[in-house]
Amino acid sequence: MAIAHQFAYQKVATLDEAVEAIARAGPDVRILAGGTDLVPWLRDDAIHPDLVVDIKAIDGLDTLTREGDHLFLGPLVTFSDLLTSDLVRDHLPILFEMADTVASPGIRNRATVIGNICSAVPSCDAGPTLLVLNASIAVLGPAGARTVPIEEWFLGPRKTALSSGEIVTGLSIPIPTPPHGAIYLKLQRYQGEDLSQAGITVLVTGDNDFRVAFGAVGPIPARAHAIEEALKGKDLTDGLIAEAVGLVAGAISPITDMRATKEYRARICEVMLERGLPAAIARRDGTGPAYGTRLI
Amino acid sequence: MKLPITMTVNGETWPLDVEPNDVLLDVIRTRVGAKGAKIGCERGDCGTCTVLFDGRSIRSCLMLAVEADGHEIITVEGIPENGVLSNLQDLFISHNSFQCGFCAPGIVLGAHELLRDNPNPSRHDVQHALAGNLCRCTGYEPIIDAVLAAAEEARS
Repeated sequence: MAIAHQFAYQKVATLDEAVEAIARAGPDVRILAGGTDLVPWLRDDAIHPDLVVDIKAIDGLDTLTREGDHLFLGPLVTFSDLLTSDLVRDHLPILFEMADTVASPGIRNRATVIGNICSAVPSCDAGPTLLVLNASIAVLGPAGARTVPIEEWFLGPRKTALSSGEIVTGLSIPIPTPPHGAIYLKLQRYQGEDLSQAGITVLVTGDNDFRVAFGAVGPIPARAHAIEEALKGKDLTDGLIAEAVGLVAGAISPITDMRATKEYRARICEVMLERGLPAAIARRDGTGPAYGTRLI
Repeated sequence: MKLPITMTVNGETWPLDVEPNDVLLDVIRTRVGAKGAKIGCERGDCGTCTVLFDGRSIRSCLMLAVEADGHEIITVEGIPENGVLSNLQDLFISHNSFQCGFCAPGIVLGAHELLRDNPNPSRHDVQHALAGNLCRCTGYEPIIDAVLAAAEEARS
């Protein structure tokens, strides 16, 4: 089926040129990076841009670098790039684990991490992991540059804090002080292309500071602060796990759709937290399963 | 508004005028005539439209044709060398890996990429690499067996 909607296409050479093109075009502009969401949305007639701005010819947007105690990802960094990066393996292997669950090689070779959070579907795999890592998003617009903390980024399904005329220029991810351990658990009906039915990322630092975020069980991926507070600074016991699991229902708001019922999603989130907490600690202590091992 | 592009498909240079909303898969099939890339789900789920784009597998149903300007595409027709099937393709035949064959182009290209990047894959590696290529005939086992056999032959 062809794409029925007609639009103009512009390939830009610099970020400033991108901002100018967006400003000139009017309200309905879309940025094209990997296109793995954009093209099916165009085909489904779900979006109707006047202009599509292709940023792939801009030099330097595919950089994945370490800047001090941060990892910096450019807008063209793909999920495959996360899987092959030594920096990711050495400093933030949770990004490897997350990327490994995304769709299939043919999608991961093309889909970008920043595109994933710009599309902002509730099940986006990057969401929960970037939330526990306290990532921040660099944005450029007609009024200049600004930074948006990831917790203020997601506003609703497919809605972000990106204002009209703005473009994302990068993602900065603080590397937690070692030792730390983390896990991303994603329930899906089958491997290969299925979106998350429910997902959770747990991160634990050396002083038992826990961070927990859920995906696909609410309008946006979100941190579970009540669970984090209950766990903060404590040693993990069966009793504490049970207490945390008891707080899951209040932390999520799942719906029933074609992928799962809300009851199933709620229950599986409890199971995933129960398994995720000790696994994150085991990884921190060097005894856990290798990153990329599926625990569910 | 027609946009002039030039792409290479299976080693041949193709200067074409395309519309911004032309999808790469459709252009490869109808304009270039390389019909190995199949039209399946058209939403990135099934993998039968897979082509190698600058050497890496991508879903050609999820790309605009204009994005291919200046790039190199290999379809399944470009895998044999001088008309001789690759060893992997021979092993797919001898393992009776395919029945209807609709998924075969995507699986040949996905397995080709896997063996190039990882000459020593485990059974799990093969399953993981081909997880996004749907086959409704075979149950996958003869496909996985053939890929592992190709890896083993390449090593010996």
